[in-house]
Amino acid sequence: MGSFLEIFDIYLLEAVLNGILLGGVLALLALGLNLIFGVIDVTWICYAELVMIGMYGMYYLVQYYGLSYYVAAPIAILLVAALGALLHFLVIAPLLSSPPINQLLATGGVLFVLQSFATVAFGIDFRNLGIRLPILTLGDMHLSYSRLLAFGAALIGMVVVYLFMTRTFTGTAIRAIAQDRQIMALMGVDAKKIYVVTSALGGALAGLAACLLVLQYDVHPFVGLSFGPITFLICVLGGLGNFVGGFVAAFLFAEIISLGGLFSDLEWGYVLAFAFFILMMFIRPAGLLARRS
Amino acid sequence: MNLRQYMPWIVGAALIALPFVYRDPYHLHILILILIWSFAYTSWAVMGRFGLVSLGHGGFMGVGAYVTVLLWNHLGLSPWLGIPAALLCAGALALVVAYPCFRFRITGHYFALVTLALSGIVLQVITATRNYTGGSLGYTPERTKGNHILALQFDDKVVWYLIALGVWAGGLVIWHWIDRSMSRYAMEAISEDEDAAAAAGVNVTAEKLRITVISALMTALAGALYGQYQMFISPDTVSGIGISLQMVFAAVVGGIYVALGPTVGAIITILLAEALRIGFGTKAVGWDNLVYGVLLVVFIIFLPKGILGSLLASIKTPSKRQNG
Repeated sequence: MGSFLEIFDIYLLEAVLNGILLGGVLALLALGLNLIFGVIDVTWICYAELVMIGMYGMYYLVQYYGLSYYVAAPIAILLVAALGALLHFLVIAPLLSSPPINQLLATGGVLFVLQSFATVAFGIDFRNLGIRLPILTLGDMHLSYSRLLAFGAALIGMVVVYLFMTRTFTGTAIRAIAQDRQIMALMGVDAKKIYVVTSALGGALAGLAACLLVLQYDVHPFVGLSFGPITFLICVLGGLGNFVGGFVAAFLFAEIISLGGLFSDLEWGYVLAFAFFILMMFIRPAGLLARRS
Repeated sequence: MNLRQYMPWIVGAALIALPFVYRDPYHLHILILILIWSFAYTSWAVMGRFGLVSLGHGGFMGVGAYVTVLLWNHLGLSPWLGIPAALLCAGALALVVAYPCFRFRITGHYFALVTLALSGIVLQVITATRNYTGGSLGYTPERTKGNHILALQFDDKVVWYLIALGVWAGGLVIWHWIDRSMSRYAMEAISEDEDAAAAAGVNVTAEKLRITVISALMTALAGALYGQYQMFISPDTVSGIGISLQMVFAAVVGGIYVALGPTVGAIITILLAEALRIGFGTKAVGWDNLVYGVLLVVFIIFLPKGILGSLLASIKTPSKRQNG
């Protein structure tokens, strides 16, 4: 084992592990977006901005009101879940029958609203929780606890969503409506209610991601732009609405970014990931795991 | 010929005569910005009106601006040659991304998100090659010591106004040219139903590619002009997702189905931003986008044809206003 490790560059291994840890959070983000898309057939361009609002929520709850992290997290999750339901109620519901492009653009408008709301209300300073978790040293590798925690919590969150979707009536109804939205109304399922529940669930996942990301990154009004686009690309790469595909794509992307960043600047990691995405769109336009028709 | 047919010429003559009568530099500056951005928004709407929603136009604009300035600064190549080179790059980029998209029937959400990746790539490449492009700090074309015309650098705002006016009018001419061509009917058929259009003998891929490349070339030209006029470009002002979204929402607010819609959108958004900036000073940071965002959402829900589009529709058929 020792000689095996020596063959590999230790930095390479560290980058690979960090990529896996990053992949967990990206997978969580992609899951929320996929859920909304799969069920309501709408892309929330402003998804990452919900995460940003959640991060601000955490910041104020912890720093301003002095709550402990573990008390603040559920409140922030509920807050973003409510925001998700509100977004559906105010913006998406009136547009359900309009062309998909209009829905996309309307959520683009919400992106501007949330971003500039944060600028006006919170200012453009970079803020952080002031919680610094220790760094785990494993041999010669350094892995931060915040990333491990994020990875673990993201996995648990995904398992909970999976159980909810497969074991409860509401979850089953959500999956059924994603398959056929006309027939479900005849089966006695209130589609409007399911949409609101799904939006709240998608919001809650954004809230959970916010609680985890706020440990690693400073929050500022434009923080959404640094991981929003990547989340969309992951969802498309995995096939919009395809949960397993999104999961696989998240880890692929995270590894490309992490390894690309190892050999050059972090930006080149992103460039590589984007280029890989465009390439994959040509090879597998319907998503990584889609069967070719 | 009646008054309606003379109208464009009268307005055109008035616009050309304007800077010789009234030359307040600040107001001319605003007018130039409005004209350049109107041209950029019109370029987006050329394809956007057919349901091809691209979020990659920030990328094309960035390519137009950066390639022109990079060739000038590093190789001393005049923008007169640099701009065609930049257009060539943007056109090639559009082809490389759009051809497979259309070939493999990537439409709607997927197309918007693939093009989103494109503008992301351009932004990251500009930032990553900071040794040449100045990265996120921005980049300035070197001031010419020789011929101003050769370097396409003018101190006189009137010259820039006339250039921007000419390019903007050119954009409208292209719009009308497409509007009267067979392409328009083909594209409308495609945006309704691709399979039916293909069955009726429309070459779907070729038609969409043509519109996309025209739109990308126009956008790149707008980027190059903006860089030459402002003498400063940064990834945030000419490329990236922010600019792509800005183009989309200005065009949508004005109206993407009528020729002057994007221009109305540019006038509204730029005047709003300036009014807020003057009214609130540094406190206005964020307020302009907040207003834009709310406007965009409200417009898409209540006035999907945009301000000008809805206005024209209600003039033509007052009784059907609620359908617009």
